[in-house]
Amino acid sequence: MRFLKQLLIILSISLAGEVLSHYIPLGIPASIYGMVIMFTLLCTGVLKLESVREVGKFLVGIMGIMFVPATVGIIDCWDVVSGSIWLYLTVVLVPTVIVMAVSGFTAQALGRMKRGVKGQNES
Amino acid sequence: MSLEFLSSSAYWAIVISLASYILGDLLRKRLKVAIFNPILVSVILTSVFLLLTGTEYSQYRAGASFLSWLLTPATICLAIPLYEQLSVLKSNRLAILVGILSGVVTSFLCVLSLAMLFGLGHAEYVTLLPKSITTAIGMGLSEANGGYGSITAVLIILSGIVGNVASPFILRTLRITDPVARGVAIGTSSHAIGTAKALEMGPVEGAVSSLSIVVAGVLTVVEVLIVRNLI
Repeated sequence: MRFLKQLLIILSISLAGEVLSHYIPLGIPASIYGMVIMFTLLCTGVLKLESVREVGKFLVGIMGIMFVPATVGIIDCWDVVSGSIWLYLTVVLVPTVIVMAVSGFTAQALGRMKRGVKGQNES
Repeated sequence: MSLEFLSSSAYWAIVISLASYILGDLLRKRLKVAIFNPILVSVILTSVFLLLTGTEYSQYRAGASFLSWLLTPATICLAIPLYEQLSVLKSNRLAILVGILSGVVTSFLCVLSLAMLFGLGHAEYVTLLPKSITTAIGMGLSEANGGYGSITAVLIILSGIVGNVASPFILRTLRITDPVARGVAIGTSSHAIGTAKALEMGPVEGAVSSLSIVVAGVLTVVEVLIVRNLI
């Protein structure tokens, strides 16, 4: 029963997310509303971590496989993509690597700065 | 070679996706080469199977819809690692927020320069703008502004796979070693597919990456409202 209860809670939050996504016309999907709801419920203590932990961790652990069906859809728009293959390859590769580098560097530099300031204050 | 059985089977689509996914994972563990990524191997083998058997994608998608159906509840459950790492997130909030913001602005500047370089029109430009954020937000955002939603979706997924496959190498090469910074880098550049890799790296990486999906997604919605008419 424990796992079914956990599943029920997670699916109910998914449903709540769907409702919000439908009635708030911002183009934000159900999953993002749901994630915010789940996070808020956990932080406020309304929902105990034990009430969702096993099923939640299982779902997060197998997430990779869930992207496969949509990605295979590339074979249906292959004609469009193969026509400008260089454009699409560049667009997929270059910004992804640059964004990863810039955001990672920025976060790391700010983290070090903060720790540096803290270290000075302490010493 | 057309397999008529496939149209009446309820399980083949999930079996082929899952079997090729696990094969990809075995290959990666055995050969230790990042390109044998389970998602990538599964997508390629499944596509080859569909092409060889002459099976329509729509038929496969219908059979595998259970896997896609799980995606919303699974994404919602990313709040669990987030909650477990709450203290780390709080004490690093400035680095995390500014890091994500710098990534979102960089993504826009990259797309703008590529659009000018390749001489793209408005529809293509808008199609490319949301390419670093989560599929669900990005696809809708592209369509709402006159872009091609399905192409946006494919670009988003491929960017995610690039992040998933290449992030360990890129982060190591650039000496980005701080777990918080690694999470920001992966979540901001390659959303949930990259986050699957961040979760393997460690709990802090996974939590920060999960948070970055949400924050980068919302910031990009605002950003597209501002820059959508530049081209």
